[in-house]
Amino acid sequence: MSAAEVGVGPTGPATAPTGAPTETKDRAMYEISQLTKTYTQGKRTVHALQAVDLTIGTGELVSIQGPTGGGKSTLLQMLGGLDRPTSGSITLDGTDLARVSDSRLTRVRAETIGFVFQGFNLIPTLTAQENVETALVPGKVPAAARAARATAALEQVGLGDRGAHLPVELSGGQQQRVAIARALVKAPTVLLADEPTGNLDEQTRDEIVDLLEGLWKEQGLTVVMVTHDSTVARRTQRRLRIAGGRLTEI
Amino acid sequence: MFFTYLRRELSNRRKQSVIIAIGMAVAIALVMIVNAVAAGVSDAQDDVLDSVYGVGTDITVTQAGEPGGRGPGRFDVGSDDGEASDDGGSRSFDQDQLAVARGTASFDASALDTVAGIEHVAGTTGTLVLSNTSFSGEVPDFGQMQGGQGGGPGGGDAQSAPTGGADGAGGSAFSIDAFTVTGVDPAADAVGPLTAVEVSDGRGLETADNTSGDDGAAGTVAVLDSTYAESADLAVGDTVTVGGTDLDVVGVVSSTSGEGVSTGSDVYVPLALAQSLADLDGQVSNVYVQADSSEHVDAISDAISAALPDVSVSTQADLASSVTGSLSTASDLVSTLGLWLSVIVLAAAFGIAILFTVSGVTRRTRELGTLKAIGWPNGRVVGQVAGESLVQGLIGGVAGLALGLVGIGVINALGITLSGATGTGGFTFGGPGGFGGAGGAGADAGAGPGAAGGGPGGGGGGGPFGGAADAAQSAVDVALHAPVSVTVIVVAIGLAVLGGLLAGLVGGRRAARLRPAEALRSVA
Ligand SMILES: Nc1ncnc2c1ncn2[C@@H]1O[C@H](COP(=O)(O)OP(=O)(O)OP(=O)(O)O)[C@@H](O)[C@H]1O
Ligand SMILES: [Mg+2]
Repeated sequence: MSAAEVGVGPTGPATAPTGAPTETKDRAMYEISQLTKTYTQGKRTVHALQAVDLTIGTGELVSIQGPTGGGKSTLLQMLGGLDRPTSGSITLDGTDLARVSDSRLTRVRAETIGFVFQGFNLIPTLTAQENVETALVPGKVPAAARAARATAALEQVGLGDRGAHLPVELSGGQQQRVAIARALVKAPTVLLADEPTGNLDEQTRDEIVDLLEGLWKEQGLTVVMVTHDSTVARRTQRRLRIAGGRLTEI
Repeated sequence: MFFTYLRRELSNRRKQSVIIAIGMAVAIALVMIVNAVAAGVSDAQDDVLDSVYGVGTDITVTQAGEPGGRGPGRFDVGSDDGEASDDGGSRSFDQDQLAVARGTASFDASALDTVAGIEHVAGTTGTLVLSNTSFSGEVPDFGQMQGGQGGGPGGGDAQSAPTGGADGAGGSAFSIDAFTVTGVDPAADAVGPLTAVEVSDGRGLETADNTSGDDGAAGTVAVLDSTYAESADLAVGDTVTVGGTDLDVVGVVSSTSGEGVSTGSDVYVPLALAQSLADLDGQVSNVYVQADSSEHVDAISDAISAALPDVSVSTQADLASSVTGSLSTASDLVSTLGLWLSVIVLAAAFGIAILFTVSGVTRRTRELGTLKAIGWPNGRVVGQVAGESLVQGLIGGVAGLALGLVGIGVINALGITLSGATGTGGFTFGGPGGFGGAGGAGADAGAGPGAAGGGPGGGGGGGPFGGAADAAQSAVDVALHAPVSVTVIVVAIGLAVLGGLLAGLVGGRRAARLRPAEALRSVA
């Protein structure tokens, strides 16, 4: 069975965890076909993605596993509109991310996609509150509304009292919560996470996954999470594996 | 968010910020100081020119004298001159000589009418600039004291009586007193040397002085420059001997250019008197011309040259470049060393700012990539980086402004005095004998109005009376005042903005090229 075949079509409700949003699942959030990404470094070319076909339904919680250098982050970059594929197409909610203009792609990232990174990627000079607010800068949200929404988002991740702290004053788990608040404050439709628990201990890892799962359930988000941790992957309704640039369903 | 982020970022990398600010501040302060001093030197040159040529003079007309011609450098001590005393076979002398300043010649005053008739000429006046040299002393009883002998001792301190004569015969003792006498038209108050003076004691010259003497001749009155009056210990009511005639000192004038500036001449007398004393009736040596508008200066200058082929015509610009003395040294120093130093330090400061900005962007690759990844438009990220540089530059600019103002204040507080003399155009004393005018050598030659303060020791080595002739040259002392002008402040702020923009541009370009995918880079 090829990756293309398994990836196509919405996932049945039977595999969804209880309480997961089901009503929107029939529509595809992502439709990817023959997606290829080739990096050229001098004479060496790396086929990071090779003819990947994949459909991710709206409201799905998907994990991507695989060996290091397998192409996980590269696929996530394509999903997040951070880079353009070498060939193939990738549509997000009807928008072809491979072909839209740079400014349109920037707007998609600003409005539709929330990112969570392995290294948290908070701005070190800004407080937790301000870090969350940065996500609302592209939307030109007025300052007062911005502050209110950021505060609410921090409360949602359980850090209502830590808004004034700088990232260095927070633990890893708390920093990742701030990063999640930053990703969610703009009410995106897609949440992409690259090894969100990679830098955390087991207990914190479980707390973060609990948080993400809770948000997924509450907000009807489509979540794609790269992880090398099978414990984390087992908690997702759909598990993909990518190795050597080729995608397979687990 | 923009300012919060900017402020945090700058205070976070405080060390770099301080280094950039210091570099920028030093460079800007230097530029300000050089700029202000240059303006001060230029003002001083204007003061010198005003003192010598009067305020509002656009063009000066002079005529060069023939070398070796009538000039103060020559005394004729014949056997029938002076008071012969038979004791010991020596002669004692007390002789005054009044002649057109060395290297210049007088010309017919009809030139005035010629010039006045030229289109766009708003005003003219003529003066007769004379040099009075009095010689007193004793020489052995043979008349070899001839001027014009190169290599004589006169280049040095002419006040001390050389024990050996110029001819090496020995037994001579003499002293020389020289000062400038300018015959002016008392009625000329719009153009000419009197426009730059004000009466500080007694009265100025009046039109009546032209005819107040015997038989309608000019009155024997004189007005003294205050600096000269002081050095010669003269005051209103005293007499001053010019060309052997005693004149009543009726007034003392000082320069309107400000404290510490001497006027262009030591003694002012009515033009008619100067003409008769020097036996130069109907002659002038200088014509001052005022144009009705600065744009006509060149045309007038050409017209004068055409109408009066023998004269030399100098515009203010020509005259400015003819200023010599410590003033011109300062001017050269400011325009070369000052300029290059400013350029180098400025380039270094800009370089540091750019380097730190670029390294800052490189260090923040993941941070800036993350902002792009979460949807910050490229322009917003670039703006943030450029804004940081700009503010950084402005901080340096403000610090530099303060530093520069302090520096300029210090320079003004030092009370530096510059000396300037005008040395070309035949107006003054560039005659044979090598007195280009830069002389400190003859500075204390007795008669001089504290002439030629700290000039590089030029002069010397001309005729035996070279020292005296040099002192007679109208050197003008000016206190250096470096002004803080709007231009200086605008230049300072402008450079700060330029430096900030430059660094921001380079840093911003780098930030613009960052891929949003850099956000996914593994933690360094
Ligand atoms: N910008 C790039 N330039 C060149 N090669 C790249 C670039 N990014 C990724 N690659 C290569 O593409 C391949 C896939 O990389 P990718 O980062 O997607 O792997 P990954 O599965 O995320 O690995 P890891 O688990 O280590 O994060 C690797 O061989 C990598 O070296
Ligand atoms: Mg990766």
